[in-house]
Amino acid sequence: MIFGVPTQALFGQLLIGLINGAFYALLSLGLSVIFGLLNIINFTHGAQYMMGAFGAYFLLQWAGLGYWWALLIAPIVVGVTGIVLERTTLKRLYQLDHLYGLLLTFGFALIIQGLFRHQYGSSGLPYSMPGQLAGGQNLGFMFLPNYRAWVIVFSLAICLTTWYVIERTRLGSYLRAATENPTLVQAFGINVPRMITLTYGFGVGLAALAGVLAAPIYQVNPLMGADLIIVVFAVVVIGGLGSIMGSIVTGFGLGVVEGFTKVFYPEASNTVIFVIMAVVLLVRPAGLFGRAS
Amino acid sequence: MTATAGEYVGAAAPVTTGMPLAQVAAFALMTAVLVAAPFFAYPVFLMKALCFALFACAFNLLIGYVGLLSFGHAVFLGTAGYAAAHSAKMWGFRPELAILFGTVVAASLGVVIGALAIRSKGIYFANITLALAQMVYFFCLQAAFTGGEDGIQSVPRGFFLGFLDLKDTLTLYFVVLAVFLAGFLLIYRAIHSPFGQVLKAIRENEARAISLGYRAERYKLLAFVLSATFAGLAGATKALVFQLASLTDVHWTMSGEVVLMVLLGGLGTVFGPVVGAFIVVALENYLAHLGAWVTVVQGAIFVVCVLTFRRGVVGELGKLLGKSL
Repeated sequence: MIFGVPTQALFGQLLIGLINGAFYALLSLGLSVIFGLLNIINFTHGAQYMMGAFGAYFLLQWAGLGYWWALLIAPIVVGVTGIVLERTTLKRLYQLDHLYGLLLTFGFALIIQGLFRHQYGSSGLPYSMPGQLAGGQNLGFMFLPNYRAWVIVFSLAICLTTWYVIERTRLGSYLRAATENPTLVQAFGINVPRMITLTYGFGVGLAALAGVLAAPIYQVNPLMGADLIIVVFAVVVIGGLGSIMGSIVTGFGLGVVEGFTKVFYPEASNTVIFVIMAVVLLVRPAGLFGRAS
Repeated sequence: MTATAGEYVGAAAPVTTGMPLAQVAAFALMTAVLVAAPFFAYPVFLMKALCFALFACAFNLLIGYVGLLSFGHAVFLGTAGYAAAHSAKMWGFRPELAILFGTVVAASLGVVIGALAIRSKGIYFANITLALAQMVYFFCLQAAFTGGEDGIQSVPRGFFLGFLDLKDTLTLYFVVLAVFLAGFLLIYRAIHSPFGQVLKAIRENEARAISLGYRAERYKLLAFVLSATFAGLAGATKALVFQLASLTDVHWTMSGEVVLMVLLGGLGTVFGPVVGAFIVVALENYLAHLGAWVTVVQGAIFVVCVLTFRRGVVGELGKLLGKSL
């Protein structure tokens, strides 16, 4: 017993919190990367997360390709659809107020979610976890399902790799430079429009990757990303838009906070992240890791 | 990637003082059509459209004239609906008091949310209003008085001002029309007052407005609260019309719908939100049996509007006629 709560329940919620946090981190990371270079909030992100999960489902149903293939193929395919979206439509809006980008991506989210809902209804489709990750470990104080441990470790690895690439490599330095001053970077001979396109594709791919990871845990559902994305928006505001490490740390951190809230004050578990956002806005309007503009 | 030389949201808004002749004519036409409409069309549909038209006008006050995109405006519509429905059903408030109470609740909520959100701009502002609205949504989902998934049903309509029996559909219609016209004219007045001019100045160049001695944040907050108040007026009226206050009106999809209405009708135009609201409500009426396709059509309208039709219906019409409508 810790604070009057059974240890098992506490660690159980900690685990769920870490799982949710892994998804928050992956999704807010993608949003942050996209925002950094394109200056738009990608409202389609939730729909693209859903497309990742459906990608895994389709690969299994139509091509007989299992989870591991899905983990590789689905993000690439969804990322390519993102690239097409950017090349054909988003690109035309860069000279306008950034709010138009938000409205456009919101429109795409409605279209995609509507089409999937028309085809597959709003009840979930089951997707079983890979056999290699079935079962779990008894840690003495709690039972740890292997798949959940894998999700946490894998998404953490992806997040840290992304952070490393952006903050510590030459490619990342181009990216950061283009975020600061795209015109100057272009003058140095770097193809900024292509970089923007690939960045959008990468961010979308991260969302789809999160979708594949989520498929065995939550069911594959056309609306699985619709409400989640709003929480992720709050996570991004708390962490500070455009901050890579900020997204990762706040993503995992808020997942855990949410998990603990479920133990100690369940009524507030849906709202705790939004409350934290309000407090952060009062104290640090630029977010915990953001720079004041 | 800077937007300095670019096109701003709501940049089509005219800078005028006094009601130009074209707008007087358009207003007379609109009023005449709305007075005659219940004798030709289904009154309940018209009342729904009128409530949404007022909601859209309130929203337009913020995006069209201050350039702030709130993505959580449904909260004011929905909360006012709950407050009006609860006060009419549980406390026996007369309809005009219930509407007033709902509006006041929305205004107070506007002060709180506005104070938190107004310090940020552009995308941040949209994000923050959306997240705060979602928080209120979860509150409404769990609070006891809202009735959760069921909402507050069979709200009594009663007698407006004590003698107008709102059970009569036509009487109800003209009360709703009066509320709409009052709200419309008040918003028009606010936009075309010196206060409204300062708002436009802040939209165009906030730093310069501040350097001229205007306290931009106060102006923006006041505009936000005004917008929330009129959205609340629309929501409270809607609750009495449908005798129902439900979660639909607080959900973020509703916030998206009002953006759609204003975008389609014409950002920063006087009559655009009304036209947009009627088109969207009519569309939903005709497409209702198609289920998920409604969402697809709405999304497609968003995409088309943003890519090729940024002035909206009324904006394009105004450009065609060479008048600001």
